[in-house]
Amino acid sequence: MANDSKFTNQKFKLVGTRVMRPDGVDKVTGRARYGADASAPGQLVGAILRSPHAHATIRKIDTQKAEKLKGVKAVITSADLPDFTGGEGELYNVLENCMARGRALYDGHAVAAVAAVDAETARRALKLIKVDYKVLPHVTDVDEAMKPGAPVVQPVVKTKDKKAGPTNVANVTTYGHGDVDAGFGKADIIIEKSYKTEQVHQGYIEPHACLASVGPDGHGELWVTTQGPFAYRNWCATLLGMEMSQLKVTSSEIGGGFGGKTHVWIEPIALALSRKANRPVKLVMSREEVFRASGPTSPTSIDVRLGATRDGRIVAADAAMRYGNGAFPGIWGEVGAMAAWACYDIENVRSVGYEVLLNRPKVAAYRAPSAPMAAFAVESTVTLMAEALGMDPVEFRLKNAAREGTRASYGPTYGPIGIVPTLEAVKKHPHMRARLGKNQGRGVACGFWFNFGGQTCADLIIDVDGTVGLSVGTVDVGGARASLSLIAAEELGIPYEEVRCNIADTASLGHNDMTDGSRGTFSSGMATIFAARDAIEQLRVRAAKAWGIDVKNVSWKDGKAIAKGKRKSLTLKEIAEASPNTGGPISGHSQVVADGAGVSFASHICDVEVDPETGGTKVVRYTVVQDAGKAVHPDYVEGQFQGGAAQGIGWALNEEYVYGKDGRLQNPGFLDYRIPVCSDLPFIDTQILEIPNPNHPYGIRGVGETSIVPPLAAIANAVSDAAGVRMTHVPMSPPRVLAAIKASRAEKAPTG
Amino acid sequence: MPEVRLFGGLRDAVDGAESVRVEGATIRELLQSLGREYPRIRERIGQGIAVSIDGVIYRDNWDQPIPEGAEVGLLLRIAGG
Repeated sequence: MANDSKFTNQKFKLVGTRVMRPDGVDKVTGRARYGADASAPGQLVGAILRSPHAHATIRKIDTQKAEKLKGVKAVITSADLPDFTGGEGELYNVLENCMARGRALYDGHAVAAVAAVDAETARRALKLIKVDYKVLPHVTDVDEAMKPGAPVVQPVVKTKDKKAGPTNVANVTTYGHGDVDAGFGKADIIIEKSYKTEQVHQGYIEPHACLASVGPDGHGELWVTTQGPFAYRNWCATLLGMEMSQLKVTSSEIGGGFGGKTHVWIEPIALALSRKANRPVKLVMSREEVFRASGPTSPTSIDVRLGATRDGRIVAADAAMRYGNGAFPGIWGEVGAMAAWACYDIENVRSVGYEVLLNRPKVAAYRAPSAPMAAFAVESTVTLMAEALGMDPVEFRLKNAAREGTRASYGPTYGPIGIVPTLEAVKKHPHMRARLGKNQGRGVACGFWFNFGGQTCADLIIDVDGTVGLSVGTVDVGGARASLSLIAAEELGIPYEEVRCNIADTASLGHNDMTDGSRGTFSSGMATIFAARDAIEQLRVRAAKAWGIDVKNVSWKDGKAIAKGKRKSLTLKEIAEASPNTGGPISGHSQVVADGAGVSFASHICDVEVDPETGGTKVVRYTVVQDAGKAVHPDYVEGQFQGGAAQGIGWALNEEYVYGKDGRLQNPGFLDYRIPVCSDLPFIDTQILEIPNPNHPYGIRGVGETSIVPPLAAIANAVSDAAGVRMTHVPMSPPRVLAAIKASRAEKAPTG
Repeated sequence: MPEVRLFGGLRDAVDGAESVRVEGATIRELLQSLGREYPRIRERIGQGIAVSIDGVIYRDNWDQPIPEGAEVGLLLRIAGG
């Protein structure tokens, strides 16, 4: 029973309260240490030479002059990173992405690196490296890349029809069920629309940074900003031909990740430089490098077709979803295809995902990866259909929403889910009744994310003074220390302040999967519950020993061991103080495969004001309604809701990778790539719903990602309402909105 | 003998079939049976897949029992950001 993950509907004393976060003071005083804040004796500074070309063959790299420069301690190219991956597969792609191997596949692709005594010397050394490129034709647009005759990014990639030759379409996958053509045959109204979204970056404030040290004995240490120290350890060790136990990875505080710190970029290079120089090497990406050479999300081109009967029932849905993968194959189109129709109960549904290779950086996960673009296309079309039917957009969604027992468009049948409750809450929300002003419009949209659990380990130690140390292997990306400490205190029955949560390094705890998929509180919460229950077993044994009774006659309640049938109790503190003489240290441990993460749904309301003269859009009111399963710490759940909406607002209105005709990124900096600042955002209102996940003891669902799924569509629906013209291209930047307004006016103007 | 529905690109490994019937009282047994009868799927299983049982998605818990008459699906292994 102790490790039963089923929901028990227990009553909480601490979980659900808004306690102070333990890492808050460090973070506001500058004491917290991030990726670039670590130093070591004898440390060198690393720097990377990057391709200025979008696509080129590397004929020769001459490093001799750089190596002779005073103060340079190591220069490496791909020759210093021999292939231990077998020459194919995802890990080979990671290796080639970290350092070009005979060809540069995008503007910013690393081709060489140096380690020197200071940054100036390192920069001078980079200028002395001579690379002989043969520039090749390139392609950076998704639709262009799929055309016959487009430059081929990866000649080894072929379609399933091997005779067709190399292609930029690395994979095609289809999801859905029913008979889509027959479904459209039953439709009274069919809406067809095409959409585009531009590539965006996660925009984390802290750049990629690490301190690598490999000694002459082959053992290494890596201090790094990451969402997954264990995965980084495994990948780096494999890429460098090390045994995993030879490399210890410690995660720093993380200044934002949002999926972008689930992949290695500079870390294997830093380790290789350190190994060659026999000195520690600090390597920090500039902001320009972050944009050019880390992992943004996909640009997309999506066609949607939706059919409904006059009574407002969707009878068929179809989507073709082309996702740019960057220069290496991924699963982004497939994930988009899975997520596209997940909010709805549709008898005949299909979505086809295309993985399209481009001369752009390798795409990485970005908060509910691929789902926001799918929701933009689907939810825009759903609103168009509601308009065509003359139905309220919320009522139309409610009529077609998925429920418990609905077969999801991506396959499984749903258990208890929250899409209907979020829509009901939207319907009742005062925001929906607020009057709109001049040039203002309102939009509503829904969103879905899968969530994920994964392999998880936690240790809980009880010190002799009765305070508790909790070690977890998921990193604290959004208040996890507070949430997990609350859970430990709840289980043990002690004050929250007596628990201290520590993020463990890879040498101190068993494997933990990456902190992604909104799994931190779900999975480490589950592991913490079980570790605390394991410790309670020890505490009962010690109390029984002190009383000289059988442990079966000792129960645990409210932080105390209680002897059955006797008026005797011992507090956790009393048992801890006596522990040296009752068997030594007391600790609890758990290792779990935290499967059963519950899916998550959200519905958003957005009001905007569009300036018809400039095309500029201001979000004037925004509301997020989302199912959290159980909000362990409501402040941080609300923070996740607000953060996702804020990122979505930037994505919807401003953010965009702009490539020139030469294939070079034109705006690799926060001046020209504009993420929202406080003055761009309204107060983002939130409403937490709690529909328990039946597969977690506390009913917890992941909450971190779903909030970024609806904003693109909610804002597009609002802007379209305000501007009187349907917006189909994200970002809806002022020039695009203005052009759409002018085109609409021209279309409506009397001719002749 | 559970009917296993396959979603997305996994169908390619079973000659395009939407579902197959294989023996298996647990996820481990089910995957072993699939690998025996459809050797092309072994590579996909090695790369990582997920199994849904009555709507609950399992990635690594291969000891999970498969109840009689359960809805079983094989799908892409997804994490997130």
